Amino acid sequence: MPEAPIPLATERPDRAVDYSPPVGDQVKTTTCYMCACRCGIRVHLKDGRIRYIEGNPNHPVNKGVLCGKGSAGIMTQYSPAKLRAPLKRIGPRGSGEFAEISWEEALETATGWLRHVRETDPRRLAFFTGRDQSQSLTGFWAAQFGTPNFAAHGGFCSVNMAAGGLYSIGGSFWEFGEPDWDRAKYFLMFGVAEDHDSNPIKIGLSRLKARGAKFVSINPVRTGYSAIADEWVGIRPGTDGLFALALVHELLRTDSIDLDFLSRYTNAPWLVVRNPGGEDDGLFARDEAGKPLAWDRSRGAVDASLADLSPVMAGEFTLPDGRRVQPVFHLMAERYLAPEYAPEAVAERCGLPAERIRQIAAEIADVAFNQAITLDQPWTDVWGRRHETMVGRPVAFHAMRGISAHSNGFHSCRALHLLQMLLGAVDTPGSWRYKSPFPRPIPPGPGPAGKGAKPNTPLAGNILSFPQGPDDLLVDDEGNPLRIDKAFSWDAPLALHGMMHTVIGNAGIGDPYKIDTLFMFMANMAWNSAMNPGEVIRILTETQEDGSYTIPHVIYSDAYYSETVPYADLILPDTTYLERWDCISILDRPIGSAHGAGDAIRQPVLKPDRDVRPFQDVLIELGARLGLPAFTKPDGSPKFKDYPDYIMNHERMPGVGPLAGFRGVDGSKKGVGEPNPDQLQRYIENGCFWRDHLPPEQGFYKHANKAYLEQSKAMGLMGKSDQIVMQIWSEPLQKFRLAAEGHGAKQPPDRLRERIRTYCDPLPIWYPALEHEGQDLGRFDLSAITQRPMVMYHSWGSMNAWLRQILGANKLYMARSRAAALGLAQDDWVWVESRAGRLKCQVSLMEGVNPDTVWTWNAIGKRAGAWNLDPDSPEATRGFLLNHVISEWLPAQGGFRQANADPVTGQAAWYDLRVSVTKCAPGEEGVTSPHPEALPLPPHMPARPDLLRYSMKANP
Amino acid sequence: MNPAPSIVFFTTASGAGYGLLFWLGLLRPLGLVQMSPMPALVALVLALALITAGLLSSTLHLGNPKRAWRAFSQWRSSWLSREGVAAVLTYIPALLLGLGLWVGAPALAVIAGLLAAAGAVATVYCTAMIYASLKPIRQWRHPLVVPGYLALSAFSGAVLLAMLAAFSGSGTVPAVLAILSGAAALLLKRAYWRGIDAAPPIATIESATTLGFIGKTRTLEPPHTEQNYLLREMGFRIARKHAAKLRLIAQLGGFALPVLLAVLALLAGGGLATLALTLGAVLTLAGLLVERWLMFAEATHTVTLYYSGT
Amino acid sequence: MTCLPEITPGQKKLGLVIDLDTCVGCQACAVNCKEWNASGHSGPLPDLKPYSAGAEGVWFNRVHSYEAGEGAQGRTVHFPRSCLHCETPDCVTVCPTGASYKRIEDGIVLVDHDICIGCGLCAWACPYGAREMDEDAGVMKKCTLCIDRIYNENIPEAQRQPACVLTCPTSARHFGDLGDPESKVSKLVAERGGQPLMPELGYKPVNSYLPPRNRTSLAAKPDEAAPTPMDIKNPLLRWMDKVLTR
Repeated sequence: MPEAPIPLATERPDRAVDYSPPVGDQVKTTTCYMCACRCGIRVHLKDGRIRYIEGNPNHPVNKGVLCGKGSAGIMTQYSPAKLRAPLKRIGPRGSGEFAEISWEEALETATGWLRHVRETDPRRLAFFTGRDQSQSLTGFWAAQFGTPNFAAHGGFCSVNMAAGGLYSIGGSFWEFGEPDWDRAKYFLMFGVAEDHDSNPIKIGLSRLKARGAKFVSINPVRTGYSAIADEWVGIRPGTDGLFALALVHELLRTDSIDLDFLSRYTNAPWLVVRNPGGEDDGLFARDEAGKPLAWDRSRGAVDASLADLSPVMAGEFTLPDGRRVQPVFHLMAERYLAPEYAPEAVAERCGLPAERIRQIAAEIADVAFNQAITLDQPWTDVWGRRHETMVGRPVAFHAMRGISAHSNGFHSCRALHLLQMLLGAVDTPGSWRYKSPFPRPIPPGPGPAGKGAKPNTPLAGNILSFPQGPDDLLVDDEGNPLRIDKAFSWDAPLALHGMMHTVIGNAGIGDPYKIDTLFMFMANMAWNSAMNPGEVIRILTETQEDGSYTIPHVIYSDAYYSETVPYADLILPDTTYLERWDCISILDRPIGSAHGAGDAIRQPVLKPDRDVRPFQDVLIELGARLGLPAFTKPDGSPKFKDYPDYIMNHERMPGVGPLAGFRGVDGSKKGVGEPNPDQLQRYIENGCFWRDHLPPEQGFYKHANKAYLEQSKAMGLMGKSDQIVMQIWSEPLQKFRLAAEGHGAKQPPDRLRERIRTYCDPLPIWYPALEHEGQDLGRFDLSAITQRPMVMYHSWGSMNAWLRQILGANKLYMARSRAAALGLAQDDWVWVESRAGRLKCQVSLMEGVNPDTVWTWNAIGKRAGAWNLDPDSPEATRGFLLNHVISEWLPAQGGFRQANADPVTGQAAWYDLRVSVTKCAPGEEGVTSPHPEALPLPPHMPARPDLLRYSMKANP
Repeated sequence: MNPAPSIVFFTTASGAGYGLLFWLGLLRPLGLVQMSPMPALVALVLALALITAGLLSSTLHLGNPKRAWRAFSQWRSSWLSREGVAAVLTYIPALLLGLGLWVGAPALAVIAGLLAAAGAVATVYCTAMIYASLKPIRQWRHPLVVPGYLALSAFSGAVLLAMLAAFSGSGTVPAVLAILSGAAALLLKRAYWRGIDAAPPIATIESATTLGFIGKTRTLEPPHTEQNYLLREMGFRIARKHAAKLRLIAQLGGFALPVLLAVLALLAGGGLATLALTLGAVLTLAGLLVERWLMFAEATHTVTLYYSGT
Repeated sequence: MTCLPEITPGQKKLGLVIDLDTCVGCQACAVNCKEWNASGHSGPLPDLKPYSAGAEGVWFNRVHSYEAGEGAQGRTVHFPRSCLHCETPDCVTVCPTGASYKRIEDGIVLVDHDICIGCGLCAWACPYGAREMDEDAGVMKKCTLCIDRIYNENIPEAQRQPACVLTCPTSARHFGDLGDPESKVSKLVAERGGQPLMPELGYKPVNSYLPPRNRTSLAAKPDEAAPTPMDIKNPLLRWMDKVLTR
């Protein structure tokens, strides 16, 4: 933290300096949206324009700091790329020919298309949003509309993280947990570049390093956070799970595990039925009440949740009914002690020496067991027993997209959680901690809504939810997907966040059916959000024999002139983040921390200077025009005036609404309480956030902490206050596997049986990327991955005059040694070729990268003409997208098209890409390829200035 | 360093102008050049024209030329300020010299001429010191920069004077001086080039970043992907091969040929001498433009250590 | 004016201490500096061709990244670069107009934009590239150490710090009086072995860079004696008899 302020000098004769100019004439708090981190900001205004944006020192997320993106908000606000008014397409799709229309015409057009769909077959609406933070509204709206075809961008972002965690420990890395930055002594970070939690991670890393804790970064590239790691482990992409399981092997081999933790807080002692070929094989043995059994040393099979259980963790037993059973621990230990998980066996694949893996395992074990932390903090467990201290294993983990964006990411993530469980390093002092409202039951809720969609009828329940087994899948009697993206089908049974990356491709060939209207918000699907944007553009512009488009209607909402705008028929222009109300809702992905639940709002700090409306207002109005029950009063009139009205007055369940803070008529209730008409004002007075503070006795062991669980239930965060038993052995996965083996009423189609059987393993497994099957890996000898730069967040930054100066073009980074072998020098132009296509770019050489890996910054390349940039801008001439050589489909497997995705969760496998790199022929240098033709600007876009002198200084 | 045309022209033109003024002021009183008032006046006008054009050109380099008058205030610390003061002060004797020549006041002309010569030396010295005092640019910080500036100025001034004097048939002494100063300047310049080629860098990327204790340091990413003022101003680099070619052109065209032409003029005399000296003057100025351009182009600034590591 | 103030013992020397051990290269300092100063003492900081090729603006702080060393010893280091407010800066003495000056009261090096003629000589004289020309106004601009923040009575006391320091998410930037050996920043420099940039040029930079620390290494060694799964017949036996209670 900064030092105390310098005392004022007594004598300052410098006449040229105005020491105390007022910063602005007004300051408003709100929540940043320059990335997904959700930091609190203070916006200083002067004469109605922005003077300065700074981090809010009182905000729990960023504690006053603000990153480069957030600090550039002024230029995002005043960018000439902002859309100005609703647009109607008048030329062919992709021509960029638009006419401005009134909001009334825009809303009537949308309502007309949508009403027709809803009255006939609501599934024919595919409603997908990008990185928006209002999914509790958008998902609810989709369910009210009656279409199962809703998701946000999670399927191509990090659903493996979410699913792996929620099905293992009831929380996850990512936004649902955080390292104990103040106590961890050993910190392993897997596959993290600038990501969710950008500022909290930075703040945490500096605290961790200040204490002298050891920071190990497992990442093919040594930049960003990895640059300040004590140890950089330059692993081969996609082998992190194998590395983690080798660590598991070492910990088991050396008996460096916390058996007490396993027996109390995980399902390690639970008994698994051993009945190969039988319909109950691999399921938990349960008593009559359905409670899982464990083997008590003196009593034999008893309810595994008993307080006085003395479990036997290994062995084979016979139940009174004759069934053979074994504890989960036994099955787990047996598997990972096998030689295939020994460091020697995985070293070559991971690109790491076996000794190094053993060394890291030894360090982890040493810190966990010889440097354990004991806090003098009494607490009471779920069995009602008081403990005088809290004991912690100070080994913390964090992982993100480098793990999740692989087709083996779900299991890799599970493998990391297994490691945590073995160490007793889940929500204990010094380890990884749940962020409230997590932990939640495993899995957290009922199966997804979406069956039985019919005209004019809302779907009951959440569209994106949690299958417990085959019965919860959204498939028809033949096993075919009910959703356009095939989420929650046998293609991807745990596709918790949907599969946005398959929507347009599936709609294009009518598999499983054709759609009428594609409605998207903030998702740049015709460019950087798509695998293979060229194919997406082809489908969006494809016509049928009668001249109509294959996807008849495309509605798109965006604040800026992105690459996707020209491919829509109707544009509903959104506001900037500083011109709107928003709600970072407790029902969605709130800003809670290990210290307690929290949520936040955005308030408009500026009035739009153009004819645009916040998307959420538009959605609520469309809901009313369509007569969706939750958006209309009995007399048919709109139920909500606008989004703020919805935020304050919508109740998902009695007393539970989008915001958890300041509920009740007087604002005194938290979590559950009547709507409060002053709620938003109370948030504003509090800095636009609300935060609960857990008492110290609820700080750890939240999964088995009686006081925490009861409080959590009372606040409406959970339905029950039962212990959340972490799942080493995942029964839902075993249920899918049993179906694949021929058991039960719902079974996968034959072509998917083997796939389901293989990948729905109840214990974490590792397998090579699906993408690599059948590929000539000798020819495509390099892994290719991307990283988010810290200063640019995908397509949220290139229209920003300041950020684009920092990163306006990207190169392909490659190990110096590898480049030398290929005869390449710094800045040479190269062709990057994959099985799916090729692109041209420049190389840059470096030391800190795995020699079998090339990488680049994500989404810096822009299509010429988009974002109101000059077509000759470096983003278009020297920038490139790796997306152009990524296929959205796997190499043909038995004639059926499969998404290039994780087979369990449907997570897009961006980082499985393999490429070859060859030097360009002379004369091919100069401009990156592909270089699609420049997009024309829509009408009335402002001219690009040649000189920017932004200043709110008194006399500039 | 970026060879800004305005500055390259300035140092060449005003250098030659001050050189001419110097010789004019010095040689006439000493009787070493026999120029009647009118031709001398022509020489003076040429000198002042070159000086003035150069100084005006240098203001083109300023972001705020209308405030240029402020540049005279900091003569206590700033060589640029001293140069400005010296330049302005030198106008006084130079104009008095002109007056003396015009009205036919030989004594005034002599005294003013000597003072103008001294002013010319002082001004060129200040100009040279602007560059020679810049520590971050090792090619300018070199001890031969000041002698070089003075020698080049003397040489180009002598060449011009020889040409003008030749028209009035008194070019011998200036021609001899041109030969001598040309040879000296060439030797200095060659020694200077040898010196900067052999000298170690003043700093390294390791000392610029403090990272040498880890090992060899390389740039990974620039702060911005586009250009900036510093790189345009100080990041200019010339290829070694290209520089070698230009050095040769400068030596041959700017020094060797003019000296040879001056020798030829001495030997031939008459109209041929005038022609040779005129050609020599043109070649000298052209050669010096190349040399001045190189003076910038070959200079490297420590800021580039941060960007390219060299 | 452009003569340097005489340095007296205990003279206040405000400056920055930059921790290369925790800087992750996020550019927060650079951008927050830009936005504060765009409307601050030296504002505006113009941007040429902001939405075209060749976009370039005036920035007081730029973050480089380097790789030092090779192999296992190699490191990636992010490196913010701005004015070092040197004790004996030539950028001040070369100025012909007195626009460039070093303040006696706190050592901050400033430019008076009302006097500057934009000759650029100070930028040439600065070995660190700390000065950037506002080519639109024709005057030189540079880091002011947020002189309109650090004494600003309209800003809460805790925030009277340079914008780059306050905004840094990894606390890699510290502000204080490096002339006072008892100040927090001076102690930090002493403890961590803070280094000046290019000391051989003799400008005596006030700002100091804390070197990347030695890596934390642990004494733990792999337990080679522990049995491998191949060595023992039933490796699970050892857990079978372990008596556990809840």
